[in-house]
Amino acid sequence: MSSTGASIIDELPGPDGRRPLSGDQAGTGRLGDRIFKAAASGAGGIVVVLVVLVGAFLLITAIPALRGNTANFFTSRDFTTSPLHFGIVQLLWTTVMSSIIALVIAVPFAIAIALFLTQYAPRWLARPGAAVIDLLAAVPSIVYGLWGAYVVAPKFVPVQDAIQTVFGWVPFLKGVPSVSGGTTILFVGLILSIMILPIITAISREVFAQTPMTHKEGAIALGATKWEMIRTAVLPFGKPGVISASMLGLGRALGETIAVMLILSTIPNGAPWTWSFFNGGSTFASLIASNAPEAISDMRQMGAYIAAGLVLFVLTFVVNVIARVIIERRKAFTE
Amino acid sequence: MNTKRIGAAATLALAGSLSLAACGSASNGGSTTSSSSTGASDTASSSCGTAPIKSSGSTAQQNAMDQAIAAYTAKCASAKVTYNGVGSGQGITDFIGKQTAFAGSDSALSPDKGEPAKAQAACGSPAWDLPMVVGPIAVAYNVKGVSKLTLTPDLIAKIFSGKITKWDDPAIAARNSGVSLPATPISVFFRSDSSGTTDNFTKYMNTVDPTDWPTKHNKSWDGKVGQGKPKSAGVGQAVQATDGGITYAEWSYAIVNKLNMAELDSGAGPVALTPETAGKAIAAATQTGTGNDLSLKLDYKTKAAGVYPIVLATYEIVCSKYADPTVAANVKAFLTYMASSEFQGTLASVGSAPLPPAFQTKVQAAIQAIS
Amino acid sequence: MTTTTPEIERPIVPGLGGRSASRTVKNTVATAAVWLAFLIALIPLVWILWTVFSRGFGSLLHVSWWQKDQSGAGAPAFDHSLRGARHAVVGTLLMGLATAVIAIPIAVLTAIYLVEYGRGRVARAVSFMVDIMSGIPSIVAALFVYAVWVTTLGWTLIPLCSSLALVLLMVPVVTRSSEEMIKLVPNELREASYALGVPKWRTILRVVLPTCFSGIVTGALLGLARVMGETAPLLLLASYTQYLNQNVFSGSMAALPTLINTQSLNIAVPIAADRVWGAACTLIILVLAMNLLGRFIARFAKVHK
Repeated sequence: MSSTGASIIDELPGPDGRRPLSGDQAGTGRLGDRIFKAAASGAGGIVVVLVVLVGAFLLITAIPALRGNTANFFTSRDFTTSPLHFGIVQLLWTTVMSSIIALVIAVPFAIAIALFLTQYAPRWLARPGAAVIDLLAAVPSIVYGLWGAYVVAPKFVPVQDAIQTVFGWVPFLKGVPSVSGGTTILFVGLILSIMILPIITAISREVFAQTPMTHKEGAIALGATKWEMIRTAVLPFGKPGVISASMLGLGRALGETIAVMLILSTIPNGAPWTWSFFNGGSTFASLIASNAPEAISDMRQMGAYIAAGLVLFVLTFVVNVIARVIIERRKAFTE
Repeated sequence: MNTKRIGAAATLALAGSLSLAACGSASNGGSTTSSSSTGASDTASSSCGTAPIKSSGSTAQQNAMDQAIAAYTAKCASAKVTYNGVGSGQGITDFIGKQTAFAGSDSALSPDKGEPAKAQAACGSPAWDLPMVVGPIAVAYNVKGVSKLTLTPDLIAKIFSGKITKWDDPAIAARNSGVSLPATPISVFFRSDSSGTTDNFTKYMNTVDPTDWPTKHNKSWDGKVGQGKPKSAGVGQAVQATDGGITYAEWSYAIVNKLNMAELDSGAGPVALTPETAGKAIAAATQTGTGNDLSLKLDYKTKAAGVYPIVLATYEIVCSKYADPTVAANVKAFLTYMASSEFQGTLASVGSAPLPPAFQTKVQAAIQAIS
Repeated sequence: MTTTTPEIERPIVPGLGGRSASRTVKNTVATAAVWLAFLIALIPLVWILWTVFSRGFGSLLHVSWWQKDQSGAGAPAFDHSLRGARHAVVGTLLMGLATAVIAIPIAVLTAIYLVEYGRGRVARAVSFMVDIMSGIPSIVAALFVYAVWVTTLGWTLIPLCSSLALVLLMVPVVTRSSEEMIKLVPNELREASYALGVPKWRTILRVVLPTCFSGIVTGALLGLARVMGETAPLLLLASYTQYLNQNVFSGSMAALPTLINTQSLNIAVPIAADRVWGAACTLIILVLAMNLLGRFIARFAKVHK
């Protein structure tokens, strides 16, 4: 087992032939240890209880609406709550695509910036540089929303038009005339990538900075160039941290509410469907946020939106399982 | 300080100073006369609340409500009224959940959803819907070179349902002789958030032209064309930025976004949206509530001359008898001010229409009956 | 730190020490790319800050911005007085403080549990729940609190409810970042401490946490920065008010995001736009100030050690 925090004393037999101290028994049962352990476990327990409660709340609210649903929940693109006729295809597509676009843009940048700040930047620049990137995290999402919708989107129209002209033959990049003003899935992905950049960068930076000097020196001593040193020492060391950071970023992108709501054009239920990134749409979170204030007076209607929220919940679940598998496999591979 | 704040609005400053004088002399609850017919005679004697009251609901009346609160607190320094534009649905939920003293809503409590019963349970007495602000819905457009446009009910339904897609469509041109319409495609913008405005506008289209708009009214958009933008600010901004854009928005937001508004020809010639033409629609409405419950049914199909029928009656939903008499006194004081012709007269400048005088009287009588 | 044996994939280049041209080129390209990435990332940053500061900083220069609330504000087309954001600044700080006070202990303790105590299935479950929690969209967190507080318990909403919803959003962020930081503390330190007979809990408190203190503070502040700018939960829970309220246990309380939201309804009107961008500017400066404070604390702690 490679987890940190475990100690060699976990494996050695204790004095007087007592059974080996393993993990949580590294302390020897002193009062302080017991209290502290209880507090830590209790906090973990609170997290579990909260998540279970939220899940239960989602389920309980969603079930009546799902029972009354006249459309297929998994295959319908419509979302109407009076009468209840809703499916998640459009939401799932928009949510996943905008987040993936965000991740695809943000992760390479985040890694590069983190490397820059920890390995390349001159000393005088490293600290302020890090602070500057952190600044992006200081901008609240509603400001990103207003900025994106009112300032950037109009300027982004020519860029999108250019992409459509050049790459219009790619099915995902076909122009969608009914969505104007640049407020497309692609554009939301771009804004989301800016929003999640600081969180991925910050963690990657911390992790890269902790690369043991011996590893780096070893690589250099073996004649590696700086880039080879990074590729062989820094990146492998930081990989689990970067993945974990990316997942945090992805979680934020999937659940981002107010910025998406302000920026993304929604499309009407009956609109002709296209898989293009230049389409509009709603994400799970933006749909719920724009409709909850009116729907909350009617729990059956609310249930339809909550059912969508439940899918988002499950989606995050799946993403995390995948991330975990990646991390675990990586560990096994290294050892 | 207070007069300085509202100094920009001459009418209001006048009203404020008049009633400031009145405020000092007024005693407490029940002193208000509800004559309020046509004259300016009733600018006086509404009393001031003293305790803070909390309310929430429709964003359609947010601007009117802000204005009312500003003017009311200008004359009653001791009063504190909070109104939160969270949406009618949450406004009603907050009210039923005893979070607020009254709710602002774009529609009366709906018996289908069992809301009157729930509200009665929360109040311990029947809840009343009091129409307070008339919010006309403007059909706002942006077509280069077109500053005057006349639409008919079926043209509106055809445009918003996507059956007419170009501005120079013969059907539009037939109603707008003398206007040179470009071949710009029509971009329909609708509200992406659920809203009472959408609900009323779709109700209008479904009533006047069920062939072109067959779906029932809905708080979220049921059309087949167009794109959704958040809130009135979003649709307003989108139309402003898009040549060929058209949307529906509360009048106040059409004004602040400086949008052109279409005139409506329901059969007796084009009618522009003015406080008078919108007020007439309310005057022609029938009361569906009983007693002091003044919920209204609007006559969208009216062919009467000079009526602009796409209006939204926004209600304040109150308890007929509050458990706490101080709350009752405060709510009464504030609503009495809101329903006074002194305040209603200033509504046009914030993009709402005043209640017709006959209605003001009814509403005042109902407010007096609150205990 | 056992996972990280570096694998030198490429054997030493044959020949007498000279680097092949392709390696040099790769190295140069990588250096250029990394610099470029940093410079490109500055574009949106400069742009958004320029937008916010050029439009909003003017408002902040009015004394009344910091001294007054928005009481008496009328409809924007009517009203030309900027007034202030004191109510929203105070509200944001108080709600942020309440959130931090609840969330940070839970998050850091959970992280400690995950790294130092948790083993096997239970720990995996907790760790997994943290991931799930990070996927709760802010609006769902708000609906959950609303459902529990109002619908189930029948209580009146108080500003603390917003903090509770924000706690749900903040805990996973801070737990994850703290966990990463605690994991990075070399095991040798722990072992050295155990060897000296220091109990585990004292080892954690006196050795592990101080070592990664700055990382934890950074993570906590990033988390707090995220939730202080959250808007969606506040819309549902913290009914906006024009008046100053300094009590998180009663009434309604304004916050900068809700001030922005309310005024943005009329963003086409100059006075409302001034308030919107002014509030945005204030919020950014506030979060920034907190970040600087956090850095200062972190550095101070290091020196102290």
